[in-house]
Amino acid sequence: MAETTTNGHAQSVVGTRTVRPDGVDKVTGRARFGADFNLPGQLIGRVLRSPHPHARIVSIDTSKAEALPGVKAVITRADFADQPSEFIPAGEMMMNYKDVVRNVMAREKALYEGHAVAAVAATSAAVARRACKLIDVQYEVLPHVIDAVEAMQPGAPLLHDDLFTVGVEPRPDKPSNVAKKIEIKQGDIEAGFQKADLVIEREFKTAPVHQGYIEPHAALATVSEDGTAEVWCSTQGHFIVRAHCARLLGLDIGKVRVTASEIGGGFGGKTVVYLEPLALALSKKAKRPVKMVMSREEVFKASGPTSGATVRVKMGATKDGKFVAATAELKYQAGAFQGSPVQPGVMCAFAPYDIEHVYVVGYDVVSNRPKVAAYRAPGAPISEYAVESVVDEIAKKLDIDPIDLRMQNAAREGTKAAYGPKFGPIGLEETLNAVKKTEHWNAPLRKWQGRGVASGFWFNIGGETCVSLTVNEDGTVSLVAGTPDIGGLRASLAAVAADELGVPFDKVRPIIGDTGSLGFNFLTGGSRSAFSGSMAIVEAAKQIKADLCARACKMWEAKPEQVEFSDGAVRPLGALAEKAKPMTIADFARVAGKTGGPIGGVGRINAQGAGPSFGTHLVDLEVDPETGRATILRYTVAQDAGRALHPAYVEGQYQGGAVQGIGWALNEEYIYGADGKLQNAGFLDYRMPVASDVPMIDTVLVEVANPKHPYGVRGVGETPIVPPLGAIANAMENATGIRFTELPMSPPKVLKALKEKGLNKA
Amino acid sequence: MAKHHIQAQVNGDEVEFLCETEETLLDVLRDTLNMTGSKEGCSSGDCGACSVMLDGRLVCSCLVLGCEVGGRRIETIEGMAQGEKLHPLQQRFLEHAALQCGICTPGVLVASKALLERNSNPTETEVRYWLAGNLCRCTGYDKIVTAVMDTAAAMRKG
Amino acid sequence: MRYEAPGTVEGAVALLAGATGEARVLAGGTDLLVQMRADIVDPGLIVDIKKIPETRAITEEKGGWRIGAAVTGAELKEHPKLKKVWPGVVEAANLIGSTQVQGRATMGGNLCNGSPAADSVPALIAAGALATLAGPKGRRDLPVEDVMLGPRRLALEKGEIVVSFLLPPRPPRSSDAYLRFIPRTEMDIAVVGAGVNLTVDGSGIVTAARVSLGAVAPRVLLVPEAAQAIIGSRLDKPAQERLEAAARAACRPIDDKRGTTEFRIDVAAVLTRRAALIALDRARTS
Repeated sequence: MAETTTNGHAQSVVGTRTVRPDGVDKVTGRARFGADFNLPGQLIGRVLRSPHPHARIVSIDTSKAEALPGVKAVITRADFADQPSEFIPAGEMMMNYKDVVRNVMAREKALYEGHAVAAVAATSAAVARRACKLIDVQYEVLPHVIDAVEAMQPGAPLLHDDLFTVGVEPRPDKPSNVAKKIEIKQGDIEAGFQKADLVIEREFKTAPVHQGYIEPHAALATVSEDGTAEVWCSTQGHFIVRAHCARLLGLDIGKVRVTASEIGGGFGGKTVVYLEPLALALSKKAKRPVKMVMSREEVFKASGPTSGATVRVKMGATKDGKFVAATAELKYQAGAFQGSPVQPGVMCAFAPYDIEHVYVVGYDVVSNRPKVAAYRAPGAPISEYAVESVVDEIAKKLDIDPIDLRMQNAAREGTKAAYGPKFGPIGLEETLNAVKKTEHWNAPLRKWQGRGVASGFWFNIGGETCVSLTVNEDGTVSLVAGTPDIGGLRASLAAVAADELGVPFDKVRPIIGDTGSLGFNFLTGGSRSAFSGSMAIVEAAKQIKADLCARACKMWEAKPEQVEFSDGAVRPLGALAEKAKPMTIADFARVAGKTGGPIGGVGRINAQGAGPSFGTHLVDLEVDPETGRATILRYTVAQDAGRALHPAYVEGQYQGGAVQGIGWALNEEYIYGADGKLQNAGFLDYRMPVASDVPMIDTVLVEVANPKHPYGVRGVGETPIVPPLGAIANAMENATGIRFTELPMSPPKVLKALKEKGLNKA
Repeated sequence: MAKHHIQAQVNGDEVEFLCETEETLLDVLRDTLNMTGSKEGCSSGDCGACSVMLDGRLVCSCLVLGCEVGGRRIETIEGMAQGEKLHPLQQRFLEHAALQCGICTPGVLVASKALLERNSNPTETEVRYWLAGNLCRCTGYDKIVTAVMDTAAAMRKG
Repeated sequence: MRYEAPGTVEGAVALLAGATGEARVLAGGTDLLVQMRADIVDPGLIVDIKKIPETRAITEEKGGWRIGAAVTGAELKEHPKLKKVWPGVVEAANLIGSTQVQGRATMGGNLCNGSPAADSVPALIAAGALATLAGPKGRRDLPVEDVMLGPRRLALEKGEIVVSFLLPPRPPRSSDAYLRFIPRTEMDIAVVGAGVNLTVDGSGIVTAARVSLGAVAPRVLLVPEAAQAIIGSRLDKPAQERLEAAARAACRPIDDKRGTTEFRIDVAAVLTRRAALIALDRARTS
């Protein structure tokens, strides 16, 4: 039996701009997000949070709250068993259950303002609010520390007395706030710098930022008397939620069923649990469903914003522009528990370039702010901001075009990245060339306008994925995937299924199944859902095609080599074609029962072969020299998608990531007072870009096929946020002549720098 | 304190509900009337996900009290489509992929409809400033603006 | 929490005067509801003034304009005549928040919220507006610059409400402008606000002016020295420099999450000059 792949299938759906199957519900308000689901008899849960950034929790008296009419359950640290230390993967980062249980509900100490200390479930939100006010917590307030560099100083307030730096020889005998030191090296860094004609060394600082998803965390949980539990929540990974909740509550995984609601944004921030274990514990006690939704203030104070960081970069180049040596030192805030994205930050820092001698060291530092969660290419925007700024300076000093300089040093197929792997075919050069060809690159600029370019990358991941395809009795196809759809996944997967099986796109109905419907799926993150999901669909489709060929052989009394599946049908080959007619999926569906039963396939894979996605961004901005305010005038993103399953949703990733980067570069930051409390825990003063802040974001879809994927796909979701910080900093330098080494480049900072140079005049 | 007994019109239907003084129109829509199309993103009027029309005026429903709307006419996302026929904005948002996660979409659609009812030929700048109160974190606004302007052009053609 | 929506000024005054606990006036609600949600305020009584016709009307009065305290920014913008006569006042009211917020926010609420960063207040002060108050002792008029005494502190007595604003008659060749600095293009609270109102004569000389600055002091400032700096001039370069210096000298701003002291002073000077030039341009062509 020969089988044709459907790449290059006539009238392919893949690559076209279909209307997403879940779209109508989203434009009519019918789609149900985390807070849109209710159960009869449900209680409203609310968390009591620490007002102190660092404090020992001396005692918690919940008696008055429990006595309040309408309160059905109150939980504290006493309701969660302690967890032994065990590291597990969480998105592209690692976490430890000992820390997870403490982050979900503080135990010995409150480690950040907003840390959960207790929770109540009551018959209304108003009663829950009153109940929280009646819980009496005695705190012993301790000195706090926020900044990573400050937290590393001897004598800094210590968060954990059992945290000893890993990665340092000999192992320290005193605890500190440095959880980990990691290094990568290649070549001989000293020898490398000897060869350099130009050496540039700079230190950069970035402020912590939040993923900024518009939908706050929400969960609804119900626990039955026999210990089975159901959770409805807004998450990027419902199988992960199930695993964490089962672990923290001591339940069998099989007894917990988690349904992922539609998710209103995550960007990495919804890859961990906050409310789900609390809602379950409350429901178990109250014997009623419990619904919990975070307020916007709680999202800012008590979810997982990313690290602020200090990064020092030193690069050496020959006068012809060849990078000969590069080193960087990264100090990242992890928040209250270890696990900042310093590792990927270290890995990605110099990855776009082929440099012989590289040494990067990173420190994972805890401090009294919320435990960081992943934020879109975690760690990389920070380190690549620093590197791309230095690259730009090198270009200026050597008087080499910034794109040409990058091109000269670009990683290519065969380049060995300093963090280990050798790149297969990659598209960095293609994106650099694509940008150079744009009209944008050559458009004239006026005074106080500047143009900046930067490249970036993300390695992307594959991972455990399970997708089922079922052919229904009428020939329609049900597709059940297990990775929540954060921005068009169902449309892409349905397109692949349509092409694989040769059925019309609108006959494929994709849903995201609950944890009871599929084998384990790792979460949506790492730019993996389209990459892995489509791979799993190819597997599932293979099974269906093989099954249908076998059925045809039985029906036609033929041998396997006499039939093949191609162009949406099992076709008789050779002489067999005289006595048998091709049968489509729909034809088989009609006789499924008679030919062996329901038709379907399940792709169960641990997807390998994820290909990195490189991108190059180009931005023009204008600075008002009298106020320091920067306006983005024009923006172009060129990025390698391998193969764009759905071009519009790929473009959407490019545009969305670019605008998040614009916010990060210009205005977004966590502002802490000297008291360690967050001063801007709302959308008014945490300034994300609004529609009038940005222009159209032009996109160039580069496609350098990933040979390890049946369709050539590369994940695209994360790379778009990596280049903007550097590109915008470079544009600012070109507009003002000043190199800004601190983000955000907010107007007061910019005006001050202009004033210092006497430049603050129109 | 006894609850307020309010009668109002929502998407053309007469409705009746009880509410506490401190409940917002958004609370009433979502929790009492079970209309969860309007979303709660911030409860402070900064994100626009709760946008509705109140007597023909675009407002944040989180900034209106439930007890203020007696006798008033409210239009939400649930009333935008006409039976089975999507509003041209809804249709074009789908065609232009002007949504990714979709949480901001109801608010953006209500706001965009309000714009096109007042200005059938907005410039890109006018669209962006009108929608400045609708935060979107996924799309970068590009395809949203394209969809609105494309709809305006199509609606002008009639 | 009690909610009342009286239909008369006297009714509102009686409710507020008689309140035993915390009472708040509700106009647009764009500040009050946010503060209630954030637990900053927990009123026992809310008095909604929007059913009082006087607070919702825009009428011509003795050559000037009377604007009800509960007229929304959007309604101001849609009024056919007002923005031609007072473009600065109208644009200021329409900078508050978003389109959605402008559909509800009122100048009365903006003033009585007591924030020195309020957008409409510098424009009203520059315009020379009077606030008409009504209280248990009857009515009185106060220049708008005398209503806000400091953050959250008003010159209103218990039971008093702002009923309306009176904008004075306009001499020919007069106009106004309001500019504010925010880091984004919309949605932010003003880091600095500058309102300039002026009149020029036939030869282009400024014969009258009022300058007001917001967000640079505990209250919104009327800056007579800044006006003096440009009266009698054509707003040429030296006059602009005098204007900027006067604006700088008047500022006593704070350092906060929205801007540093130094930044606010610098930008106040720049915005005052720019607003004056816009007002001049409008006045010449009016």
